[in-house]
Order: sequence, then C-alpha cells, then structure tokens
Amino acid sequence: MSVEIHSVHAAHGHGDMAHGEISLSGYLTGFILSVILTAVPFYLVMTGVLGDKKSTALVITAFAAVQIVVHMIFFLHMNTSSEGGWTMMALIFTIIMVMIAMTGSLWVMHHLNVNMMPTHEMGRMQ
Amino acid sequence: MLTAVLALLSLDRYVGTDFFTNDFGGNPMMYVNLIWIWGHPEVYILILPAFGIFSEVTSTFSGKRLFGYTSMVYATVVITILSYLVWLHHFFTMGSGASVNSFFGITTMIISIPTGAKMFNWLFTMYSGRIRFELPMMWTVAFMLTFVIGGMTGVLLAVPPADFVLHNSLFLVAHFHNVIIGGVLFGLFAGIGYWFPKAFGFRLDPFWGKLSFWFWVVGFYFAFMPLYVLGLMGVTRRLRVFDDPSLQIWFMIAAFGALLIFLGIISFLVQIAVSILKREQLRDVTGDPWNARTLEWATSSPPPDYNFAFTPVIHDNDAWWDMKRRFYQRPLTGFKPIHMPSNTGTGVILAGLSTTFAVGMIWYVWWLAGLSFIALIAVAIGHTFNYHRDYHIPAGEVVRAENARTRLIGAGVKP
Amino acid sequence: MTINVNPAQASEPVFYLVDEHDHAEGGSTMLGFWIYLMSDCLIFAMLFATYGVLGGNYAAGPAPKDLFDLPLVAVNTSMLLLSSITYGFAMLSMERSRIAATQFWLAITGLFGLAFVGIELSEFHHMIHEGATPQRSAFLSSFFTLVGTHGLHVSFGLVWLTTLMVQVWRHGLIEANKRRLMCLSMFWHFLDVVWIGVFTFVYLLGMLR
Repeated sequence: MSVEIHSVHAAHGHGDMAHGEISLSGYLTGFILSVILTAVPFYLVMTGVLGDKKSTALVITAFAAVQIVVHMIFFLHMNTSSEGGWTMMALIFTIIMVMIAMTGSLWVMHHLNVNMMPTHEMGRMQ
Repeated sequence: MLTAVLALLSLDRYVGTDFFTNDFGGNPMMYVNLIWIWGHPEVYILILPAFGIFSEVTSTFSGKRLFGYTSMVYATVVITILSYLVWLHHFFTMGSGASVNSFFGITTMIISIPTGAKMFNWLFTMYSGRIRFELPMMWTVAFMLTFVIGGMTGVLLAVPPADFVLHNSLFLVAHFHNVIIGGVLFGLFAGIGYWFPKAFGFRLDPFWGKLSFWFWVVGFYFAFMPLYVLGLMGVTRRLRVFDDPSLQIWFMIAAFGALLIFLGIISFLVQIAVSILKREQLRDVTGDPWNARTLEWATSSPPPDYNFAFTPVIHDNDAWWDMKRRFYQRPLTGFKPIHMPSNTGTGVILAGLSTTFAVGMIWYVWWLAGLSFIALIAVAIGHTFNYHRDYHIPAGEVVRAENARTRLIGAGVKP
Repeated sequence: MTINVNPAQASEPVFYLVDEHDHAEGGSTMLGFWIYLMSDCLIFAMLFATYGVLGGNYAAGPAPKDLFDLPLVAVNTSMLLLSSITYGFAMLSMERSRIAATQFWLAITGLFGLAFVGIELSEFHHMIHEGATPQRSAFLSSFFTLVGTHGLHVSFGLVWLTTLMVQVWRHGLIEANKRRLMCLSMFWHFLDVVWIGVFTFVYLLGMLR
C-alpha cells in the first residue's frame, strides 16, 4: 500500500476506479457468466436432477460463491490496486468479520440449542 | 452489527416478530449471542483510542520517541482481530458446553498478550527518558498500574469454571470498572489535560487538576478493590441491599471510595471553571506548551480554520520534534489563498430530526415519528442538491491570521 | 509539482510545500463509500446469521416448501441481473459523456428495479394473505426481515437513482455527478451480490430442506 505525503490521486482527474477498467466486453462477460451461474442452481433444485440433497446444496453454494466473485470482478471492478489497495483490504477485513460472525453464531447457537432447549437430558450435554 | 441486532429487537417489540421470543420458534439466546458479538469489540473500541492517547502523552513527557512503533501498530491490529473472537466469554454460563467455552476461554486469554506488549513499549519509552510529571503524565502512570490489575482479573475471569462462580458477581463489576476507569477514563482525563490548551488557547489549572487526580485515583481503589473481595464471597451485582453483617465493612470502604470519587468529579468541574476565570494567566501563546513532538503543536492555539498556511512536509514520525531539532523557521510571507470545504448545518439538523424521530418511536407518538422520518429523508436528499461545497480563504486573511500569531509569539517571549 | 526552495536554505530539508495545486474535491469519496458498503455487508451478514439460526423454526406453521414459488424467484433474479447490466451500460455512456444515453440506461435500470420490488411486494402480499405473516414463526420473521431489508435497500437505490437523474438533467455530467453515479453503481452491484446470497440460501436451500 502506498502512503504518500500527497494524496494518491493528485495528478489525475476523478477517481481511478473506473478509468480504463470498464468496458462493454467486461460487462457482457460478467452478465453471461452470471446468467449461467444462476440458471444452473435453479435447474438443479427445481428438477432434483442430482438426487442427493446434500450434494445439491454443496453445488449451489459453490455456484453462489463463484458468482459473487464474478460480480466483484466484472461489475464492481474489484482489484488489488484501486485506492492504493485499501478497497481490497477493507473487503478482506469484512469477509473475515462476516465469516467469524456467521460460523461463530451457528456453532454457538447449535450448542446452546442442543444443551439448553427443553426435553434435553442434562447428562448428555455437548 | 449493533444496528442489525437493535433492528431485530425493535421489530420484535413494535411489529411482533418472533426473533427473540420464547415461543413461535424464537430464541432469546440468539439476542445474547448477537449483542455480545457487538459488545465485546465495543470495549476495544473504547480502549484503543485511550491507548493512542497514552502513546502520545508518554513520548511527549519522557522526551523520547515512542518505543517500538511498528510493534505497537501490529499489536493494535492483532487486538482488533482477536476482539472479534472472544465474545462468548460474556455468557459462559448460558450453557453452550465445554468445547465452545474452552475455545472462547483460550482466545480471551490470548488477547491479553498484545496488550501486554503495548504496556512494555510504554515502559521502555519512559526508560532513560527525562520524565516530566505534568498532569497528563500522572494520569498515564495511574493508568499503567490500574489497567494492568484490571486486565489480570480479566484473565482470571477468562477461565470458564472460575467464571461459573464469578459471573454477574461484584468481582465482575470490579473488573470492568477497573479496566474502563483505569483505561478509558484516565485516558480521557490525560487527553483532556493534554489537548485542552490546543483547542481553547489556555491550559487547565494544575492545582485543581492534581486534586482531582488524587481524589479519583485513591477513590477508585477504595471504591472497587473491596468489590473483588465481595464478589469472591458471593455477592451478586444489581442488588440494592445486602444484609450480611460480616461483609458490611467492605461496603463501607467502597462507599468511602465513592465519596472520594465524587470529590474528584467536583474538583474536575472546579478545574474547568477556575481555568476559564484564570485563562489569561494560563494562556498558551506559543502553540506548544508541552514542548511536544507531533504536528498539531506546530499550529497556534487554537489553530486557524485552515490549520497550516502551507502543507507540511514530514521526514519523521515525530515531525514537529524533527522540525524543532533542525531549527525550522515558520514562513512569514508568500501566503496563498487556501482551498477549504464549506461549513454546513445539515449534520446537526439530521441529528435533531433523528432525536425527534426517536422520541416519537419510544413514546408511540406516531405522528412525530412519521413526520420526522419523512423530514430526515427530505433534508438528506435536499442537501445533495447543494453543489457549492467549497470556498477559498483569501490570501489577505491568511496573512492577517499568521501575523497575529507572530505577534502573540513575540509577546509571550520572556526576557 | 514544484517545490520552491529558498536559495539560502538550499542545503536544508524542506518542511513545507510552497507551490501546490488544489486537491480534486471528493478524491476519497469512492473509498469512503466502499467502506460504508462493507458495513452494510456486515448488517446483511447478521441477518443471514439470524436466518441461519432461526430459519428452521417453523413453529408448526408454513415451511419454505409451502410458500416459495421458484419460477417467480427466477424471474425476479433476472430482473435484478438485467438491471445490473443496464446500469453498466449507463456507466459506459457516462464515461463517453453521452448524457442522453446515460439517462436512458438509468431509466431502464430503474424500471427493472421497480419490477423487482413490485414482484417482491406481491410475493409478500400473497404470503401474508395465506397467513404466513412475519409474526407467525421465527422462520418467517427472519425471512421477511432478510428479504425485506434487501428490498428496502433496492427501493432506496431507486429513490437515489431518480434523484441522480434529476441532478444530471440539471447540471449535466459534471465531476460531482459522475462521482455520485459511480457510488450508486457500487451500491447497485452490491445489492445484486447480496441477492445471490438470498436466492441461494433462502429460496434454493429452503426448498431443499
């Protein structure tokens, strides 16, 4: 990350996020990929083609993750150099927080539910 | 995170949803979980700025550069991330079981390590420095002692079996007051004493400040150390009366401490009043009353709207110290117009409307809540139609301000 | 950028800049808005976590299978996705300073967005009509809150879009307006990202339970 006395964008015009990075082909590629990555999960769930619920769930989760990355790159123009690398840093920090909050909550609440909700034998605490 | 939890709670209360209810599939434990995911990082949000204040004050009044700046930064980052991994220690007793409790107990103990690293850095900054015990420095030394004790009791509480005995006891109350008063409050007092002259142009009266300091510090120990004992003896928090005669002595000592703290608060208020009355004697003419090290002390007290007539160029973290060392001369001519953002009252107006909205929501005054909400949106959108967001301070005005400063510095030079 | 050095001090370090051009106004706005978007992401994460924990608590009421109309959700998803690409076209026109084209694509985006909100509202109306109200169970509370918050964001985005169209009409594609359009662009695409999460974890996984 560059830390300079003068701000990073003193020399050029408005923000460096859009200049030269957006293009028709970029948007169209992102769009087509997104359509595919959306249609396939819907198809898999609506027809039940994969048979096994667990593997279907895993597959559509993977598709969602990939589509999010596609959106980040093609629509949000996410890269490691914009704003001196700070947008990427902010994103990574947020993703870490999100992962902690979500997995932490699920783990904690699962244990609390098992141990503390009624009809549970105290001797079988997890 | 706080926004989300409070929104869910508000929905439960106003709309009748079932997030945290006992029936219809709700789960009250989820509220506890979510609020503490916010709550623990919050206390680090409280303490980290205070740590920053202490770093500034320690290096200034030891006459030395802060020891281990890089490790301080890393310690702060590590504390930030770890602070998101400990929240369950606020509800060890809610029943999540041994595996979950031990994970969070361990992370809670780990988080004390970077804090300890910072403490050592401050001590090493002081070591072989030339220490001046101005009021901010006194607060800092009190912090070092008090906060460490509080931190240690925190590590005691981090052990889940111990917490099962001490949760919601006076031991816990003593612990968090120990770290918040010792850390945050003492830090705020140090910061106020340190930066008051910069903001208002005159120092705070030292006599009343020191009186406040001694009342507060001695009072704190008298007030809260007995609470550790009481907590270990089984006294819970949030009790108005506790009738066991054998423990009364501790309560009485604590009450005496509370009285001292009260006197400390009064002394602080008197300090402000006396300082305003004696402001000419306490006037800061140079802009650098503490012979400090960082750039804010290069401006006048209070600084002009534009802060610096020319953008400074720095060669060192302690930029002002470096400039003084190399006999920097303030530029006296060649001032140019300065580009400034315009003032706007929109923020204050939005705050006022938010207040009326909140009043309406709390007391079910629906017309007030509705009108305030609409007004909030209207003002926010309306403000975006204002495109005149900047102006230039004319060179003549800069010249006048800088000359006034030159005169003030000259007037303050003692023969 | 020139630094004026007084000949008498030529050998000494320079402590201030004498010659300096103005900073472009709003140079840091994009990063600031991105950071706000990150905080918004955290709010959605909390709502997702709540849905994750409480989403299975039907309280003997309706379950996803009884309520979700996947074909309709697919249509809605395509509305949002199309609005994303049309906003992209608007940005391309903006880069080429073509005001009329920009306004046209913004309007199309707004229509797709309006369609999205409309379909979602009708879906909610239908569910409530069937007795699947937010108060019926924790699953429904978290469903309505998560999906509804997303819809609220889209609605605010539409208000913002309209406001910007007015401002572009009045002042043209000046720097300030371009900056605002870029911020709305980030907001709009971010909402599509959140929707990916919603349709996957709420609707698709809901039907799989």
